[in-house]
Amino acid sequence: MSVESELSGRGASAADSVRASATGMGVGTPSSAASVARASTTGRRRTRLLGTALVLTALAIGGTFLLDPYRNYQLALVAAYFCATAGLSLLIGLTGQLSLGHAALMAVGGYGYAITANALTDAGVDGVARFALAILAALGASGLVGLLLGLAAARLRGPYLAGVTLALVIALPAVTAVFSGALGGDQGLQIAYDDVPPALATIIAVEQWQAWVAIGAAAVVVTVLSGIRSGVLGLRMRAVRDDEVAARLNGVRAGRVKVFAFTVSAVAAGAGGAVLCFVTQSVSPGAYTLAFSLLLVVAVVIGGLGSMLGALLGSVVIVLLPWLIGTLTGAMDLPADLTQRLSGNLPVLVFGALLIVVTLLWPAGIRGALPARLSLRRRVSPAASSPPTPAPPTTAPEQPTQE
Amino acid sequence: MDRLLFLLATGIARGAIFALFALALVLIWRAARIVNFSQGAMAVVATYVAFAVTAFTGSYWAGLASALVAGAVLGYVVDRGVMRFAPHDSPLAGVIIAIGVVMVLQSALGIAFGQQYRPMAAPFDQSPILIGGVPVFSPYDVFVLVVAVVVMAALALLFTRTSLGLQLRASAFAPEVSRLLGVRVSRMLTIGWMLAAAVGALAALLLVPTELGLSPHSADMLFVYAFTVAVVGGLDSPVGALVGGLIVGVAISLVTGYLGATVAPIAVLVLLVAVLLVRPGGIFSAREARVA
Amino acid sequence: MTPLLEIDAITAGYGGSPVLHEVGLAIPQGAIVALLGANGAGKTTLLRTISGLVAPASGRVVLDGRDLSSVSVEDRSRSGLAQVPEGRSVVAELTVDENLRLGGLWRFDRRQLTAAVDEIYDLFEPLSRRRAASGHQLSGGERQMLALGRAIIARPRMLLLDEPSLGLAPRVVAQILGVLRRLRDDTGLTVLLAEQNVTSALAIADHGVVLSLGSVVADRPAAELLSDGALRHAYLGF
Repeated sequence: MSVESELSGRGASAADSVRASATGMGVGTPSSAASVARASTTGRRRTRLLGTALVLTALAIGGTFLLDPYRNYQLALVAAYFCATAGLSLLIGLTGQLSLGHAALMAVGGYGYAITANALTDAGVDGVARFALAILAALGASGLVGLLLGLAAARLRGPYLAGVTLALVIALPAVTAVFSGALGGDQGLQIAYDDVPPALATIIAVEQWQAWVAIGAAAVVVTVLSGIRSGVLGLRMRAVRDDEVAARLNGVRAGRVKVFAFTVSAVAAGAGGAVLCFVTQSVSPGAYTLAFSLLLVVAVVIGGLGSMLGALLGSVVIVLLPWLIGTLTGAMDLPADLTQRLSGNLPVLVFGALLIVVTLLWPAGIRGALPARLSLRRRVSPAASSPPTPAPPTTAPEQPTQE
Repeated sequence: MDRLLFLLATGIARGAIFALFALALVLIWRAARIVNFSQGAMAVVATYVAFAVTAFTGSYWAGLASALVAGAVLGYVVDRGVMRFAPHDSPLAGVIIAIGVVMVLQSALGIAFGQQYRPMAAPFDQSPILIGGVPVFSPYDVFVLVVAVVVMAALALLFTRTSLGLQLRASAFAPEVSRLLGVRVSRMLTIGWMLAAAVGALAALLLVPTELGLSPHSADMLFVYAFTVAVVGGLDSPVGALVGGLIVGVAISLVTGYLGATVAPIAVLVLLVAVLLVRPGGIFSAREARVA
Repeated sequence: MTPLLEIDAITAGYGGSPVLHEVGLAIPQGAIVALLGANGAGKTTLLRTISGLVAPASGRVVLDGRDLSSVSVEDRSRSGLAQVPEGRSVVAELTVDENLRLGGLWRFDRRQLTAAVDEIYDLFEPLSRRRAASGHQLSGGERQMLALGRAIIARPRMLLLDEPSLGLAPRVVAQILGVLRRLRDDTGLTVLLAEQNVTSALAIADHGVVLSLGSVVADRPAAELLSDGALRHAYLGF
């Protein structure tokens, strides 16, 4: 419990510790003038991050007016996936921990949301209070599971963590079956429908409202993750990934950094699951299969590991490509059974091939192919290093007291 | 008591299959330092080949032989076609590429054959024989155990008694030194992949008749079980794979028998996490940490 | 007479920065050449370039008139170019016997191989008592003997040795260098010996080559090198 409270405390004050340890980042000169300059750079960076977040969110919300209800539903899905892929991208890209089980963490968030929302509905609570409390419960539940997994993960690397998280997502249907009383077994849980608030009811349809909520949630999650990523915690994560021993010698508590990263990433995934539950009014093990979990990895890899913009692009691809392929095969006038076999499998085939090709030939993903100017991250944090050329270990943080 | 004996016997027979599959994981890990996450999908493809050959020829044994050949061919293709090009600077690249291979193979199977289960007949009766009134092994269980013992003994002989085995071991332990001594390390690595993939295919072929049937996802669970076996036994240790296989097989059989089949995946997850936390190097490994 | 091994203007290194600059050498058949120089002078890189582990940016390695540029490490070994890498590269997981057999697998059939292994045991008496010991149970001296025995079991024409004396007792060093000399005298083995231990290397060498910062600064008969006080002082530290 002490670890948890300390971690959450640290998470809340991430911005402060960025400022406090700006002098210790090892890239500036030791002179105090330089450290003042650095601190103000950090401040500017945060302002710019918030500004970017607000502008992009406003653009996305404005964009919903241009879309029909089905497109808005797809947009809401993209936003929900974006929460999870942004967290996963942070985890894989910055700490080098590969989770194949983020769908299970999304499911934890979804179940946390559904159980709380249903309990509140029974107690007569609804509207914003129900939504807020259920989201908090989802974040808490996924954070707790993420912390437990993270404690195990901190001792593992590479294929071992991948194997454990794989076992987790495969065990999910078994968990829901064993606790079918609370989790509803294969059927999962249904929740009450959240309608558009009365003030907006005359202006927008329910799909658009759901897209707004999803965009808002994704904006909060991704802004927090971006802050972590470009701050001192992100630096520590990279240091641990590149050379754990060197990072330890520089006073970074590698174990804690990894646990923290895994927990944050799990909370982000849980937020995505909660949003998905809000949008679809249901949560069930069938929605969080191994295949879906691998799809999240695909999104993160083809978008570009460690990049928030990449996670967004990857989320768009995993929502739109199956739809596109389905539309195409539907238009091709194929035999019915072939169409049916293609519909589930052809996108997976394409994604698998993309995963291989991108990893072999194009490790920076889509994000790496974009001009740096276009990149969300570049605008947010000009100081951060790009994923294909990892920060050299010499930039490891040097402040043991910060831990 | 009868039930316990029956469950133990079933667990040993299943464990032998898990051990074979885990052995295949260990072979590739030792040779290439890659946990082959695509091994389940590769084995299922080979099992589909066996299914087709058996359906065509009417002979289980022709199917078995073709599964071994198909497994070896797949091992060659996956190694020379993709894995060999995996960037070495990140331990994740190999896993991610293997995941890509899983997606490609499983979806290709789904497109070709659909997702439905196709029952596969076992070459021997699957109902348990009564020994002293107690149901123990079925003839098929006995067959599985014999095959597993023969394959493991053959692999042990290959690795310890032949010059090919010496070159395989040397290439795995010290690739650079081996090359300086004229050993064709790259060829040894490919042979390792082919051997491992053939053994994995055999394990899947043995398992499928005891399950619902053949589908593109038939080996998903087998992979998780075998991964657990390899972790329990230590990824570097073939003997560990054998003992780990029996432990996991018996544990799953007991959990399934007394608590129900739905609990088994949870039990495996718990076992996996517990072993990794308590003995990160595996029960039979001298190594301290699992550094990929 | 053409030299057995010819190194022609090799420039090589790791990543972008070269460690060797236009290094040239010619080693006649049957010679023992000492490759001298401080830590970081490029001795190991030169040996690894000759054996093919490092691809040169430019220049050629020629063995007995044959350009090795497109020949793999394995085939260089099989054409008679043996290397004992730095740090007694015994395969720790294999036994002494297996390590030795590994060295001769490509060359001999089973029966010949047993005979060849026995010859090595005759040459390095202490090893014959440890046939079944695994590599990590051996002492430093035993390891060096094993690494050397394994390299010469397939009867190479050219042997590259990287710091064989490192960390060994003087008596063991003398024994190993004695074996080298005997092999040269008896079988005509040609040796390129990278060493920091200048005195013991020059004691058995016919010729000495001094590398400094990746370039050859001296290439002379061993006796001449030993008598040139200024050169010794500048590059060899005594």
